[in-house]
Parts: sequence; C-alpha cells; structure tokens
Amino acid sequence: MSKNFTVHLKYWRQNGPTAKGYFEERTLDTVNEHMSFLEMLDVLNEELQLEGKDPVEFDYDCREGICGSCNLVINGQAHGPKKGTACCQLHMRNYKHGDKITIEPPRAAAFPVIKDLVVDRSAFDRIIEAGGYVSVKTGSAQEANARPIEKETSDIAFDYATCIGCGACVAACPNASASLFTGAKIAHLSQLPQGQVEQSRRVVAMVDQMTEEGFGDCSNYGECEAVCPKEISISAIAEMRKDYVKAVFS
Amino acid sequence: MKLESKVPEGPLEHKWESHKKNMKLVAPNNRRKYEVIFVGTGLAGGAGAASLAEMGYNVKAFCIQDSARRAHSIAAQGGINAAKNYPNDGDSIYRLFYDTIKGGDYRSREANVYRLAEVSNNIIDQAVAQGVPFAREYSGLLANRSFGGAQVSRTFYARGQTGQQLLLGAYQSMMRQVEEGNIEYFPRHEMLDVVIIDGVARGIITRDLVTGEIKRHEADAVVLASGGYGNVFYLSTNAKNSNVTAAWRAHRKGALFANPCFVQVHPTCIPVSGDYQSKLTLMSESLRNDGRVWVPRKKGDDRHPNDIPEEERYYYLEERYPSFGNLVPRDVASRNAKLVCDEGLGVGETGLAVYLDFRDAIKRDGEDTIRAKYGNLFDMYENIAGENPYKRPMRIFPAVHYTMGGLWVDYNLMTNIPGLFAAGEANFSDHGANRLGASALMQGLSDGYFVLPATIGNYLADVKPGTRYGTDHEAFDEAAKKAQDDIDKLLSIKGKRTIIDFHRSLGKIVWDKIGIQRSKEGLESAIKEIQALREEFWKDVYVPGEKNNYNKYLEFAFRVADFFELAELMAKDALDREESCGCHLREEYQTEEGEALRNDKEFSYVSAWEFKRVNGQLETELHKEPLEFEFVELKQRSYK
Repeated sequence: MSKNFTVHLKYWRQNGPTAKGYFEERTLDTVNEHMSFLEMLDVLNEELQLEGKDPVEFDYDCREGICGSCNLVINGQAHGPKKGTACCQLHMRNYKHGDKITIEPPRAAAFPVIKDLVVDRSAFDRIIEAGGYVSVKTGSAQEANARPIEKETSDIAFDYATCIGCGACVAACPNASASLFTGAKIAHLSQLPQGQVEQSRRVVAMVDQMTEEGFGDCSNYGECEAVCPKEISISAIAEMRKDYVKAVFS
Repeated sequence: MKLESKVPEGPLEHKWESHKKNMKLVAPNNRRKYEVIFVGTGLAGGAGAASLAEMGYNVKAFCIQDSARRAHSIAAQGGINAAKNYPNDGDSIYRLFYDTIKGGDYRSREANVYRLAEVSNNIIDQAVAQGVPFAREYSGLLANRSFGGAQVSRTFYARGQTGQQLLLGAYQSMMRQVEEGNIEYFPRHEMLDVVIIDGVARGIITRDLVTGEIKRHEADAVVLASGGYGNVFYLSTNAKNSNVTAAWRAHRKGALFANPCFVQVHPTCIPVSGDYQSKLTLMSESLRNDGRVWVPRKKGDDRHPNDIPEEERYYYLEERYPSFGNLVPRDVASRNAKLVCDEGLGVGETGLAVYLDFRDAIKRDGEDTIRAKYGNLFDMYENIAGENPYKRPMRIFPAVHYTMGGLWVDYNLMTNIPGLFAAGEANFSDHGANRLGASALMQGLSDGYFVLPATIGNYLADVKPGTRYGTDHEAFDEAAKKAQDDIDKLLSIKGKRTIIDFHRSLGKIVWDKIGIQRSKEGLESAIKEIQALREEFWKDVYVPGEKNNYNKYLEFAFRVADFFELAELMAKDALDREESCGCHLREEYQTEEGEALRNDKEFSYVSAWEFKRVNGQLETELHKEPLEFEFVELKQRSYK
C-alpha cells in the first residue's frame, strides 16, 4: 500500500460575504498520493468535524473536470500547478512530504465570497444571458445536414465551446478580466453559420455586460490562457475584439 | 390504485402523432397566466424550461448548482443516438426503438420507447441549430460512430464531451428566456417538498442554499427533472451533489416510485484506491473496441502484468462469449468482472480490478493510432491512476453509473399526482431494466424539448387560468414547517459519526447486496442492516454548522437521510422481482451457463411502489403496471 505523508495547509476562512476573512492553518498527516486534491480537503473536513469544528466550504460537483464548479487558487495559481487540469483532477502525487499549500478563493470584485472558498459567479450567467446563444426556438430547426460546415471550422468552434465556466481566467488575471470566458463563447458562436446572424448584437451586449459586472479590461497578460483547465486559446479575445470593433464601427 | 399508462390507441408508429392531434392546447394569450416549475436544469429540465418559456408560459427554474450550466448531464461523454441513418447502414426509427426495448430486456413501455426513437432526429436538428459543435466529416456533414448494443452507426458526438455541448445548448436557450423575462431563475436552491392541494401538485418548498431561507413557490404544474439516485451507493460516477431528495420527497407525498432496483453498473471505471475515495471516474466504453480484458489465471499472481505469459492470462470475456468477446453489453461485462474478482483473481492493491490491455492493439495499429483514438482517455487514466496505459494495462472495475428506475409516469410523463411531472433520469419510463449507451442524452432532450411542451399544455388546458390558493395556504404552511423541522432535527443530534461515514457505510451495504448480483438471503439481510444503520444515523450523526448559512454538509445530511429510505425500497423491489433481467441479476434465477433468466410470464410488469410510512421499517405497497407487448416479440438475450 502506498504510504501516507504530511502537508501543511493554510486556507481561507470567511463566514459570509460581509464577514472579515482570515487564514487558518492546519497540518494534515494522512495524505495519500492517490487522493485527489479535493479528497484531501474532504479528509481535512472529516477531521475538523470529529473535533466539533466547522468544515471548510468549497465548491465542487462532478469531480471529473467538466462541470466547472471547483475553482480553488492553490499557492497563488488558479487550479494549482498542473497545466490543463481543474483542481478536482489534481492528484496529491504532485506534492511531497512537508509541502506547504495555501488555498484561497478566486479573488475578484465580481466574484464576492459566499463562505470560505465558495464564491458567487452568477456574473457569468448574466454575461451568457446578455447574448451567449443562438435565438432558435424549439421546433424551428431545419434538417441538421442541410447546411454543411467545414470540419476545420467546426473543430475550432469546439475548441472555444469547451469552456467550463470555472472562472480560473478571472482569478489569474491581474485585472480580474472575464475576457477569455466571454471571448470563448463569442468565438464559438461566431465561427458557425448559425451564430452569425446575431453576431454584432451579441458581442456588444456580452462585452457591455462584462463591464457592468465589474470585471476589468484585458491588457494581454495571457495568464488566463496559462491557467485555463481546457487550455482555451487567448485568440478568443482577439476574435471578440475584432467582432466588437466590426459591430461598433460598421 | 389503478395505474393508467394513458398510451394512445392505434398502431405504434401513429400513437404520438395522433396523440398530438388530439391533445388540448392553451391559447398563446392564456399561456402567460400559467406558472410552471422545473426542478433541475440538466438536459430534461433545461430543455423543458427553455421550451415552455419560449411558448409563453411563466417558468421558474431551480437548480442546486451555482449555475444551471453545471447540471450533471454535463459529464456525459460518449454521444447521443438518433435514427437519422446518415451512414445508410439500415437504421430506422423502428430499429432504434427495437434496439432500445431489447437492450432494456423488455421491461419498458413500447409506446414510450417508440416515441423516443421518433423524436430523436428532431433533437439533432435542434442542437445543430443552437450551435452545438458535433463531430463532422471532411464533407462538412455530421459524423457518426457505433456504440454498444447496436449494429448500426447512429451515435452523434462532440469529442468525449457530448453531454457538455448539449447541455450548454439547452442552458443557453434557457438563459435567453431568463433575459426575456419568461424564466425566473433560482440557482443554489434545493427542493425540499412538493405542495399538494386537493390531490393536485400546486407548488414546491425550497431551501436557499446560500442563506438557508425556506421559500414557498406556487405553480400550476411542477416538473421534477432532478436526475438519478446512483449516489445511494456512495461511490458512483455521479456528481457529488446528485441526489434523490426531490424525487423522494415527492414519493413521500404520494408519487409512485417505479423499478427502483434497476441500476446500471458501468463496466469500465477506474478502481477504488482507498477509503478517502469520493467518486468514481468512468472511462468511455469505446475502449473495449480495442482493449482486451483479462486477469491472471493463478490466484495471487503478483507479477508485473507484462511479465505474465499469454497462456497464464485468462481472457474471460473472449472465452465465455466467443461471438461478442470484449464487446458484450454493459451488464454482462460488469457481472463477469465481479465474478472473477470474487474468485480471487482480481488485480491491483485491493484485488478489485481487472486488466484492460492495449498491448495487442498497439502492436497491431501502432501507438500513434491508439493515441489518436483514445489519447484523452489515456491521459485521464494516467492522471488519476498514476500509471502509463501505453506501457502497462489499465486496471478497471465496474461502477454505478445510471438509474433506470425513477418516479412512475404515464405516457404524458405525469406521475400519479395530477400536475406533477417527472422527466429525464428522474422518471422510469424508457430504459427498462438496462439502458443502452448514448440513450440517456436522447431521453433527457426528448422529454424536455418535445414531450413536455405538448403534454403539459394538454394538462393545463383543463386548469382554470389564474387559479391561486396563495402561499399562505395551510398546505404550504405544513410543508414549509416540515422542511424546517427536519433540518432542525438533523442539526440537533450532534452525534459522533460524520455524515460521510454513514453514507459510506450505507453505500457498502447497497453495493454488496443490492449491487451487480442479488440473492434473497442477501437482500433480506440488507434490509435489516439498512434499518439498523438508519436508526443509528438519526441518533448519532454529527451535522456541523448553522442552518442559516451556506452549509454543504447539512445538504448532504438530508440527502443521505433520504438515501436511507430509498435503499430499503431498492432491496424490497429487488426481492419482489424473482427473475433476472437486464441489470438485475438474482442468483437464484440463472441459466445453467450462469446467464440471466427472465420470467416474462410472471414479471412482465412495472413495479410501482406507494409510500406509506417509515416506522423502524419502510412500509410500502406494490402496484403493478402490466407491460403488454403488441409489436415486438420477447426474446431471451444471448451474446454467446
């Protein structure tokens, strides 16, 4: 059997949106290399509860890197050290005995803390609500193969569509910009013929909403692309800007 | 109680059409006078909420996640079936219907399944129009692949993320209706009860998961699209928050629960590594196209798998099922993996795993070809298991994946409570005793986009527009009080065992005794063990934190409390069904060769259970809906 090892944890505690937050520290000596990072936190929470203490709250659901619920910032990196990996898929074999691990929520004015490591990302919903769709009513679709779409185009659209809405891009950006998230949806839809009818209206509405939510502007740091668990290219932001300029000046 | 399936008269292929013709309509100007609640925003709930809102109804949509986009439908990998017959390989609506009903081992309703096959093509059209980036050929036309249980290529896919792309399509349509003001949207809200007035569903009670506030919502119809109950096993491929609470609370209020023992176990998952394990990860079943399943012939053979010579390897699927080999259906593959592990031939640290070996495929096709086909799956495996599957066989083991059972519904997807509907995995209706691959997405979207918009209208046409009792009606008072009391009770126990600890223990009983293989003796002892553990839970569970704050463990506590009751019902249902069919294998009912032995004469029915009370034990009454097969001939499945 693989042996247990010890890590020193420092995690964010905050009892509600208006409460003052602080770091709490604790050493955990039952860590196993096969555990996922979130399972390590489960073990921490079991320990805390057995001592009558409150567990640390964090968001998660599928634990297979696709729902986008988890969004921890680990030692300053959104989703931790493994490239192209959401923190639910990060395993403890990436750490060694004696490591110090700091865990924070993603920090952004547009993502207020709900409790501990859980934040409110409803701003993302409102950006989609502003225009991140094709306005096609149920029942009004034409035969699926009536309009061929080049495989390359469709593949590019897929690469943008793969966004899981976790918000790592916002957490990593020095400006807390949501440009990669917003750009990914705009670029996904604008690649495809189905998305082109509403392209101008969409890009303006979504970009305006992003600003209204309090996300910063993009100044090409590129941190978003580096932390994105789906490795979405920053070219999404270029697509968004191109479409925006076209929509506003033509 | 008489169960009326309300299946329309007439030939199979005309039932849905003629039903649509005969159903009542609500005029556009009247639709805004009706409120419809959706609980759950996955494929069924998201698609249904969007579609009804587009028609002009006032919709309220609730989900437990922080966004509708995170519903567990998102995790579906493989694909979605449709009878388009683009590859010209002989597919048709009838064939998709037939494969689905046969795959379900003849324990589903013919008319429902036929309708599912019938609307499957519209789903693909709808998704493409929304901008879902399905895989395409170089011609620019949609690509198809084959999937288990079918001899045609009818599965549409978007890499290994088909569920995600389809869900985002439904989610975006839903958000468009939020923007238009037709949907009021409640993320991070959990349904705790259905409110019934004069025998009719008139609303729900929810808990705001951020503030803990108990809220009341009145409506003219309530749709439960809250998913399956696989997490009763503690370990499953379900998302951590997937639960039975909404469906179970409806069951406690009188909605019948059908076929709870029909649970699908997926054969290819990454095995458990330790007690801390929180969930299991599925590896797409497509891997069995090229991987060979084996265990060492000798017990306790702890050599490196690559050092075990060919003649000492037991390719048990290939030997036992020469014509299907490694491609036997999910239930057969799962059962055999368990059998060889029970015989002590399992591999890995726990002995609960078998090898899935790509050595021969790599030798035949080259590593690059295998990488192109399965690269992302191999990476995922290496990430989780810490071993390189190009160099060493994968270790796999079956895991609970999907629940065919669910709330009983008629042809209109309405439960036995008027005004209460159930859709998607939450109902029992389409998959019988076993679901075929790539059919879950099809059913969720069929229910949401095409069935509910028609049948809910038909129901509402008979409800006087603007009927309101007010949320201060005593039925709302009572339900809200009960919801709060249950929470207060859980918080006041302050026992010594954690919720997860209890859940893990419950899961072990359910897995061992109501899992892949069941026996009378095992099921009877499971019932006793569940009852004892449930009693201990209510005495000794420790629920941390406060009720009026975000409190994930409190949510788990009431979900686990409901799983305790469901688990007992599953055992009773499995005990009642004295036959083997689909995923339900009773040890006493097997052929001489150890294959499932169905008993159509006595058990060709849907078990629909009525809740009475829990008083130390679960008291319940069985109602039977006979299944009549007018159009297909019942055959014993054989994969030899």
